[in-house]
Amino acid sequence: MMRLVASCSVLVVLFVAFPLEAQRNVPPPPAKAFATAPEIPIQAELDFLKLPADLYMGEGIGVARNSKEHVFVYTRSGESSRLFEFDPAGNFIREIGKGLYGFSMAHAVRVDSEDNIWAVDEGTDMVIKFNPQGRVTMLLGRRPESHGLDGTPPRGTPPPPAQPYRFGRPTDIAWDAEGNIFISDGYTNSRVVKYDKNGRFVRSVGSRGSEPSQLSTPHSIQTDRNGNVYVGDRGNRRIQVFSNDLTLRAIYDTVGAPWALCISPGPHQYLYSSNSNPDNNNSKFSEVTGEIYKMELDGTVLGRFGRAGKQLGEFTTVHAIDCRDEDELLVAEITGWRVQRIKLSPQARQTTSH
Amino acid sequence: MTCSLRVLLTATLFAATSPSFAQLNIPEIPYDSAPDLLKMPDDIYLGEAVGVATNSSGHIYVYTRTGSVNVTTGTNRAFVRNAARLFEFDASGNFVREIGQGLYGFVFAHTVRVDPMDNVWVVDEGSNMVIKFDPNARVLMTMGRKPEAIRIPNEEPESGGPPTDAPVGEGVPGDNFNRPTDVAWDAAGNIFVSDGYGNSRVAKFDKNGKFIKSWGSKGTAPGQFNTLHTIATDAAGNVYVGDRGNRRIQVFDNDGNFKTQFLNAGAPWAICITPGPRQFLYSSNSNGTANMDDGEIYKMELDGTIVGKFGRAGKLLKEFGSTHEIDCRNENVLYVGEITNWRVQKITLHPEQARASQ
Repeated sequence: MMRLVASCSVLVVLFVAFPLEAQRNVPPPPAKAFATAPEIPIQAELDFLKLPADLYMGEGIGVARNSKEHVFVYTRSGESSRLFEFDPAGNFIREIGKGLYGFSMAHAVRVDSEDNIWAVDEGTDMVIKFNPQGRVTMLLGRRPESHGLDGTPPRGTPPPPAQPYRFGRPTDIAWDAEGNIFISDGYTNSRVVKYDKNGRFVRSVGSRGSEPSQLSTPHSIQTDRNGNVYVGDRGNRRIQVFSNDLTLRAIYDTVGAPWALCISPGPHQYLYSSNSNPDNNNSKFSEVTGEIYKMELDGTVLGRFGRAGKQLGEFTTVHAIDCRDEDELLVAEITGWRVQRIKLSPQARQTTSH
Repeated sequence: MTCSLRVLLTATLFAATSPSFAQLNIPEIPYDSAPDLLKMPDDIYLGEAVGVATNSSGHIYVYTRTGSVNVTTGTNRAFVRNAARLFEFDASGNFVREIGQGLYGFVFAHTVRVDPMDNVWVVDEGSNMVIKFDPNARVLMTMGRKPEAIRIPNEEPESGGPPTDAPVGEGVPGDNFNRPTDVAWDAAGNIFVSDGYGNSRVAKFDKNGKFIKSWGSKGTAPGQFNTLHTIATDAAGNVYVGDRGNRRIQVFDNDGNFKTQFLNAGAPWAICITPGPRQFLYSSNSNGTANMDDGEIYKMELDGTIVGKFGRAGKLLKEFGSTHEIDCRNENVLYVGEITNWRVQKITLHPEQARASQ
């Protein structure tokens, strides 16, 4: 009977106990666009978020702003994952969802056009919608009853088939103008799922692999104003662009592994993509990764900024980008346990080379 | 030609007299759902709302799967606690209190029911316990015992249960539950426990918790069960068991003798029998937690005749996300606890509107 009771702490312990695969010790090549992309000057502000004395950030996994520029941070922390809200100046306002059944292993937080806050949790396989007051108003997926207690299957065990209303370690969420919901799902499943605004399954695309429309850890997802869907296909080191009905339209493979995507909302939309340094603490990897690219929606690279490192303006495995203001990004980092506010210089808008 | 016509006629006649044909004409019962029924304190959230029940003054009890399970270790064993919480609200949905915070038996919620004396009974399928609270929220009686430790990876324990030649699921005499699901009482206070996922039996105890008998084993024959998930009694002491895996409601007399079964209302995830002189049976054909199929709730006479139905699976108000328990103290004001939507809906039925429109 005890298979029912879930323990994410057990799951985490098992996960950490496995060594990284040997081939992951080979650093990736630099992103194709690295050498030619102009460097965009930036200013970073480190102590942007002011935490109460007894509250600490853990891994900076998700960050997003609402229309009032309040900042939401979803972090892997202490006994569970936690969701914090800050005002525009970075002052702490409140914690949302303390002790929530759906919080276990944070992966993303995004804010929709009506200021609803959506958390994606890869530990409970759930996507949780909070209204602006911080109360739960919709749920997608379901926390498994038996998480971890049946033991971890041997490496190489194929995942079970994906189901319409269950996720396999989902990673991110986006919406189109009609409120349709797009989920990148995820580490175990390898697909993008579309639901209508009421949470009814519409369709999905993708299976594990490297062919067009296949995915290898879809890690981040965004939409543009026309409803096209941009998927950070991290394991394949490419961004795949799908139409609203999930038909493949384009592939961008010049900006490395897209850990985090963000499309700005302004009249001229830009696409930011982070070729984050892997969170394996291997300095050989960090030498060739860590920068963020600014692109046109058609994939044209406008410039890049940042590099791997622990200093101000350097990045410690970027996991999420908020670009509600296209020239003032919020960047959440895994291994540095922090959120930086990054101001891009005005020259960033220009496409001329330096 | 003649032959096929005869077949057609026969088929038509058969359909006209079979129960499945009658189901096509089940009236829809108009209904409303009150939005934002339960007012939660800022720092408290419902999880899966698996249990809901009201007492005689309209207070609402919700037993929910929430928080994070804590697994702690000691002497090479792992211990589990604290992933279920019991909340009390007044009739308007205002939060009154939490009951049993940190209770040893709260592990994985399954149901809550309130008896005629306003005692609150909780069934926990993680701790294998049925816990009776008095109206002041103190523990009056416990049934079953929480296992001391769990195994990781989870494995079935070595036997220690019934002899191997015994039918699967009949359990051992007593309150050694294996993932029990629900509780009901008759007018004399006898206790009936549906037990459950691990066992496949109904266990009867007297009002003091003394074991009387149990019946059932795993299977599909009358008197056998496949996940008996919900249980209720009528005024005459008959026992109605939601045999979910077999998609039927089985009816037994007070001593466990099989009387009849209802096959016309889908898989009974949650049943409830109204009090009062004329009793009705509600049964939810809930959607599974991984789909959005079915989800309607049936209103039935105690003989199994379907009076009407309402609802469907979904995430909006008036839709249901895997209904797990129904409270029907008032025949036309139901409280519905949902697994996947993490909420309780207060459903007001308007059967008079249905009659007017016919």
